[in-house]
Amino acid sequence: MAIEVRIPTILRTHTGGSKTVEGSGDTLGALVDDLDAKHPGLKNRLVTDEGTLHRFVNVYVNDEDVRFTGALDTQVKDGDSVTILPAVAGGC
Amino acid sequence: MLRIDRATYDAIVAHAREDHPDEACGVVAGPEGSDRPERFVPMLNAARSPTFYEFDSGDLLTLYREMDDRDEEPVVIYHSHTATEAYPSRTDIGLAAEPNAHYVLVSTRQHGAETGLVDDEVEFRSFRIVEGQVTEEEVEVVESFLFGHSPTTVVYD
Repeated sequence: MAIEVRIPTILRTHTGGSKTVEGSGDTLGALVDDLDAKHPGLKNRLVTDEGTLHRFVNVYVNDEDVRFTGALDTQVKDGDSVTILPAVAGGC
Repeated sequence: MLRIDRATYDAIVAHAREDHPDEACGVVAGPEGSDRPERFVPMLNAARSPTFYEFDSGDLLTLYREMDDRDEEPVVIYHSHTATEAYPSRTDIGLAAEPNAHYVLVSTRQHGAETGLVDDEVEFRSFRIVEGQVTEEEVEVVESFLFGHSPTTVVYD
């Protein structure tokens, strides 16, 4: 078993076009590190230089937006489903 | 070029007018790869702002799950500008994350539906935004997708 991660269109350049990839880790941060080892460059698109999630990238563990569950410290386990979605936002 | 049917075009404009002076936003989903905007989905602007829009994060997840289940993609992503022209702002460009979508911008800066002013006008323009590059495209409004395309089923009784 592993953690299934859904990748949005714009990040599929890092996953060879795959819509879903698998990874492992005890926390979202560890999972992102594991994914980055297999799909280089992915972490940089999700995490800032300061080590926090980008403001306009939404990450969900199952149905929960991780902003409300501890961000990169959110606990994850085998069988969880993680979804990454860029925010749909803008402004004049 | 963006081909869009009259009813969807009108629905986008109506949403922009309704939410003025806040920015309105939404998508028109269509079958993956079809480039046909068929299913109008107005979204809530979680920012409730005249200068910013953002889909609510929970609504965003629901929307993408739904599109996934139906083999759809966001063919059109629209939002309104309420005081400036219908052209992508620097923020719009920086945050555009759907390289296959038509980004529709509607400006309600001169609309007067509620006020009854004579100068009532809503600008409606469409753009591709790919890796920071903006390309404006033509908008063709068709009466219905049923004409000029193969209808799925037509039942005469």
